Amino acid sequence: MTDLAIDDRPVLAGGGDRQLPAPGKRKFQGRRIILMIFLILLALSFLTPALWMLNASLRPEEHVMDFPPGFALSHPQWGNYATVLRNMPVYFLNSVKLAVLNVVGGLIVSSLAGYAFARLTWKGRDALFGIVLVTAIVPNIIYLLPQYILFQKIGWIDTLFPLWVPRVLTPVFGTFLMRQAFKSLPAGLEEAAQVDGASTFRTFLTIMVPQTKPALAAVAMFTFLDSWNDLFGPLIFLTSPEKQTLPIGLAQFQNEFYTQVGPLMAGATVTVIPVFVVFLLAQRYFIQGVTGSGFKG
Amino acid sequence: MAIHSAVRRAEVPPEVRRNRRRRTLEGWLFALPLVFGIVAFQAAPIVVSMYTSFTRWDGFNSPRLVGGRNYVDLIVNDPIFLQVVRNTIVFTVLGVPATVVLALVLALLGNLKVPGTAFLRMAFFTPYVMNVVAIGFVWYYIFGPTDGLINQFLRNFDIHGPAWLADSSWVIPAVVVVSAWQGVGYPMMILLAGLQGIPEEMYEAARIDGASAWSRLWRITLPLLTPQIFFVTISQFIASFQVFGLIYVLTKGGPGYSSSVYIFYLWQVAFQQGKFGYAAAMAWLIVALIAVLTWVQWKLQKKWVFYD
Repeated sequence: MTDLAIDDRPVLAGGGDRQLPAPGKRKFQGRRIILMIFLILLALSFLTPALWMLNASLRPEEHVMDFPPGFALSHPQWGNYATVLRNMPVYFLNSVKLAVLNVVGGLIVSSLAGYAFARLTWKGRDALFGIVLVTAIVPNIIYLLPQYILFQKIGWIDTLFPLWVPRVLTPVFGTFLMRQAFKSLPAGLEEAAQVDGASTFRTFLTIMVPQTKPALAAVAMFTFLDSWNDLFGPLIFLTSPEKQTLPIGLAQFQNEFYTQVGPLMAGATVTVIPVFVVFLLAQRYFIQGVTGSGFKG
Repeated sequence: MAIHSAVRRAEVPPEVRRNRRRRTLEGWLFALPLVFGIVAFQAAPIVVSMYTSFTRWDGFNSPRLVGGRNYVDLIVNDPIFLQVVRNTIVFTVLGVPATVVLALVLALLGNLKVPGTAFLRMAFFTPYVMNVVAIGFVWYYIFGPTDGLINQFLRNFDIHGPAWLADSSWVIPAVVVVSAWQGVGYPMMILLAGLQGIPEEMYEAARIDGASAWSRLWRITLPLLTPQIFFVTISQFIASFQVFGLIYVLTKGGPGYSSSVYIFYLWQVAFQQGKFGYAAAMAWLIVALIAVLTWVQWKLQKKWVFYD
């Protein structure tokens, strides 16, 4: 992970070469500025759908489909958000509940397993890791049908259990990331603690886990995203309208307000904002998670 | 051999052996939650779904064994299934190259040493974190047949745009656009990491030899990036075969069955028609298909992927 994780300092800061331009390089500078403007326009064009959503969420209904779209803040319709807040708190709460359970549970299970695979020597370890690898490759759909039947038998349909218990107990991707993180810690880190007579678990908790905060953050982010944006799970496991999570709640909201674009876009915006906030705060870990995932087994 | 290991075992002091046994116990205890999860929610379901695929089962009454009937019915007697397979292939053949090429271009731009690339990369990643229902809402209005943003834009040039999502020959290309827009961030990040792993000296050497930017791109950057390109192509391909969310929110498989894809049809068969045996057979067929095609690509990589 270390050599592929983006060394983001120089590039993300955009200051790769900050030395003053030599006189002969002035033409080159002009090209850089044009390039920069082009890149920013490109980025904005990529953001257009999201920006349009935000804008439309505040537009008066009769102008929402105007082209070119008018600027939202000229007559902001905050009432659209009031409509959303009247209709969606239950879904929001369910999504938050699931996100917390999934993130906390996933972090516990994946750091324990990742540690066992990375730093402990035990019989069956490599075979088990091979099995974990295989289960990561098999498409989810193979598991979902029997899971549905199992949950039907034990009365879990239309409860939140199917949306967190299986996910918390099979954090395959998180286990990979945590294994990498523990592996990259210096050898012999545990020994000092063990000389003091601390148990393996204590060493793990007090010495090792605190060293892997970036990886924990990456796992938390991915788990949060998966949980927050899950569509298929709620679609098959939840049946009552009032038990839904945000994505399905939003879809139900559409059935009710299908003629009103403004409230719909306000609803969509509300589901997206928490993710944007988390993403902006933890962007670095997220990027490390992505780039650490693909290579170096 | 046997004698040898017996001698060895005798040499190991009991204290060390006890220690070893303790460590094995510890390892399994640490991994226990994961092991339990994998057995209960993955390994057992694999066995069950394999068995189910050879039965007629509504999920309530007891399953009835029918041999390979489900598989035969799918391939021989289900015209919708064949259309769905065709749609999935079209979606993949259009979508994967589009996404990978776009990701490559964006990664190259994002790797330039100019201010603003941080914003650029963040922008490209934004759609990836949006939930698919919100994405569906927005694009539904962008693609609207009469007052959609694209067709209003085209009207400025006196072009009468198609009905996009409501037109059976435009619906898959339209979804491909959304899919590339949404999915490009992840492969872009991986390609970007690959780009940053290419040693600067290579470019220096090429520059001294007078290589143009264009030939540096084709002779150095792209060949050295082939492992990452291969990886994102494979993973995009596997994901594309299993697309569900975008179809569910944008088209529900319509008009008719013209945009119904594999997992969408499987979902309908299982959870709307209650045909679990048939759906399980479908699930295994797509796994087999993905496995075979991945294996083929794995074999082909020797011809174009450059490992140093």
